[in-house]
Amino acid sequence: MQLTVWTYEGPPHVGAMRVATAMEGVHYVLHAPQGDTYADLLFTMIERRDKRPPVTYTTFEARDLGKDTAELFQATLIAAHERFKPQAMLVGSSCTAELIQDDPGGLARATDLPIPVIPLELPSYQRKENWGAAETFYQIVRTLAGSPRGKAMADRADRDRRPLCNLLGPTALGFRHRDDVAEITKLLGEIGVDVGVVAPLGAAPDDIARLGDADFNVVLYPEIAGVAAKWLKRTFGQDFTTTVPIGVGATRDFIAEVGRLAGGAVTDAAGRISPSNLPWFSRSVDSNYLTGKRVFVFGDATHALAAARVATEEFGFTLCGLGTYSREFARDMRAAAAQHGLEAVISDDYLDVEASIAEAQPELVLGTQMERHIAKRLGIACAVISAPVHVQDYPARYSPQMGFEGANVLWDSWVHPLVMGLEEHLLGMFRDDFEFHDGARPSHLGAGARVEPAPEMAVRASESSSAVTAVAEAAAPIALGWGSDAEEELRKIPFFVRGKARRNTEQFALERGLAEITVETLYDAKAHFSR
Amino acid sequence: MRERGQREVFCGLTGIVWLHRKIQDAFFLVIGSRTCAHLMQSAAGVMIFAEPRFATAVMEERDLAGLADANDELDAAVARLLERRPDIKMLFLVGSCPSEVIKLDLSRAAARLSDRHAPAVRILSYSGSGIETTFTQGEDRCLAALVPELPRVDNAPPQLLIVGALADVVEDQFARLFAAMGLDTVCFLPPRRAGDLPAVGPNTRFLLAQPFLADAAKALEARGAAHIAAPFPLGAEGTTLWLKAAAQAFGVDPMCFRAATAAPEARAKRALAPLEASLAGRRVFFFPDSQLEIPLARMLSRELGARLVEVGTPYLHRQHLAEELALLPEGTVLSEGQDVDRQLDRVRAAAPDITVCGLGLANPLEAEGLTTKWSIELLFTPIQGYEQAGDLAALFARPLDRQTRLRV
Repeated sequence: MQLTVWTYEGPPHVGAMRVATAMEGVHYVLHAPQGDTYADLLFTMIERRDKRPPVTYTTFEARDLGKDTAELFQATLIAAHERFKPQAMLVGSSCTAELIQDDPGGLARATDLPIPVIPLELPSYQRKENWGAAETFYQIVRTLAGSPRGKAMADRADRDRRPLCNLLGPTALGFRHRDDVAEITKLLGEIGVDVGVVAPLGAAPDDIARLGDADFNVVLYPEIAGVAAKWLKRTFGQDFTTTVPIGVGATRDFIAEVGRLAGGAVTDAAGRISPSNLPWFSRSVDSNYLTGKRVFVFGDATHALAAARVATEEFGFTLCGLGTYSREFARDMRAAAAQHGLEAVISDDYLDVEASIAEAQPELVLGTQMERHIAKRLGIACAVISAPVHVQDYPARYSPQMGFEGANVLWDSWVHPLVMGLEEHLLGMFRDDFEFHDGARPSHLGAGARVEPAPEMAVRASESSSAVTAVAEAAAPIALGWGSDAEEELRKIPFFVRGKARRNTEQFALERGLAEITVETLYDAKAHFSR
Repeated sequence: MRERGQREVFCGLTGIVWLHRKIQDAFFLVIGSRTCAHLMQSAAGVMIFAEPRFATAVMEERDLAGLADANDELDAAVARLLERRPDIKMLFLVGSCPSEVIKLDLSRAAARLSDRHAPAVRILSYSGSGIETTFTQGEDRCLAALVPELPRVDNAPPQLLIVGALADVVEDQFARLFAAMGLDTVCFLPPRRAGDLPAVGPNTRFLLAQPFLADAAKALEARGAAHIAAPFPLGAEGTTLWLKAAAQAFGVDPMCFRAATAAPEARAKRALAPLEASLAGRRVFFFPDSQLEIPLARMLSRELGARLVEVGTPYLHRQHLAEELALLPEGTVLSEGQDVDRQLDRVRAAAPDITVCGLGLANPLEAEGLTTKWSIELLFTPIQGYEQAGDLAALFARPLDRQTRLRV
């Protein structure tokens, strides 16, 4: 058993619901106990959808367990087909139904409905939400994409039209999927590439049947569309993009990759694409102070990898931590972390992540809703780059992460939580102001006190107590070994770099076997580490 | 009318969302799957991060392989938890659908762990699974699990026990009202601290503050306590009848009762009067959610002049609700249980002025042009008693008010 206070992902059937809810004309019959309908709220409240998700639950109760739950499943399936008349259906089990082993797939075959019924095998006790979404999308594509006959590359080559691609991966409840699709569709249009099918978001079974008509596929979210894209390549010979266009550099690389896949037919984009403001904003002198700010990045693999690149190459930050909860992408993540001299944090236990953040002492955290709360507890600035997110990250305004406009959004939202340049300078100069001081929030974020890091920690599942110490260290009380003068000198260092200065000084003293830390030690350490 | 079919309701685990605030030194450990953990964080929203007092032990493949193993895992998880949080005085092991289906015996686990961690921590268990409980029934099971723990009292003067988690402010108001009638040994279940459990015995009379406490009442009766039948304290009338039932059971002088309640009752009626204008004649449809539907329908119809189209409830305890049912207007359509798609057909056909429903249905129905009042708010707002009667009516008037303000 894993002691869990917060889970980065839901169970796999929630991933299947995200695909079903994204699509049109698809209905999902889920064998599940009463109460599992809570998942509807994710769509109707957090994403504010104006329709019920196309999901019918059997909602069996204890008294049904003595009887025939299999019969209940079949009756529910037939009634749902009759009422909603979908073009295709998905059937599967939630975690509890998996235990009673009713085999929805076999039961559905026996009802012999006149439409495709796709059985989903989603192991709830091993896999999670994104895996469930990927598997569901793959099974839908496999079943409905038609046969490769007449869809060979040769047919696509002798055509009198612009290159055509599909956009794969956007779902319901996806982080900014709505606006990413709009942004990338616009960008592709500007470089002369048409979009055939967007799937699963907004696609009907008929659209899935047309997937093979495109020249190649654009994979926006590998966590969800990776498996389906590989199958389409094997079956229809369609290549797919591997660059995710988040950030200016990645968007340029993406355009180049699309150019290669579209067989050189891409318009020379110069002057046609609305460029991003990020490069100039980042080069303008008021961004000087951002240089080398220490940033910790965590999220799903795609967003974390993209953010690591943008943070270092486009903001000039220093990466001090990188990780993901997407175990399927652990290898890529480790390779990327190694390039920055870091060890990747691969974990779905938020207490581990909290420990790593406390350890790394960043000045900015780019993470999920969860890191927002870790950052608040530790008194660190934070911006959200990845799911899981809450209602405020399904905004009314246009806010893509991808493409050149996405880069503008990234610029604004990542710089916003940091103390602004002039204020940062003055905090370093004058320590005792009655209004502007360490305990106050950055003044552009409104009045109020900065949350002081709490030495108390949440329930910890693992035996690692390093988080507790690290957090306690980041907080005020000074450990043994610090002379009172040195302690006072330490407090003159602005809070956002104080934690780091303190760790460096202690490490310096430890390596040299110094019994006491004096003001001299503090400055010796500073000189040592700034070499 | 009884219906079977798809039910759009919460399971009993959601009771934890308010119970952990009521009993401040208790911790709730759900033994379940990732779905249970996901539900808890979706329902508890942002609170999960402020030093949480609940968590989920998520079962994995290896726990499903053999029972002994699962018990060892559970013991280890509890030991780690208590080591981390020495401030916990009471730990509830909360059963879920997966733990019920694999028949993991949590009551035995609780007994075993209590022996190990006594006297520092009491460890109890109850089921909040969807297959056994609907939404507020989770609180019922939790309180029923507390009853055997209550100290025994034999030859004490008769005492009054109020059962059901109430907002602190409401609890204090009731205590003052009873004191004004001369009943100053009134206790509440659940208490605010695990160490303050009220005593129970043959001289205990208990009043239910909530309509969903069937099991807790049964457990109290098994300990010799006697139930005082009454409608529930919603609205001016309901509160008076509820208080009066207790006053009569304890032989309070009617003049003394009037003296204690006349002023607040008049205040409640004054607070309700302006809201009658917006609610009188409005047609209200209740989807089943918390078992509060029947008392709420009674209050809306009798005190505010609303008309009842259909009153759905997940479960109808005929004995506990007898007084309420007697007060409902003649010919009210009641439905117990749910087949959500057929109920949606009925609500569309009836086109009521206000539809009281859960958050899974509220926005979709708004988009179809129906005005809704999301029902979960009724569990998270102080609504009982005289001083809250106006606030309760305002909860139903607000969506109608909003309709008339918005111009886009």
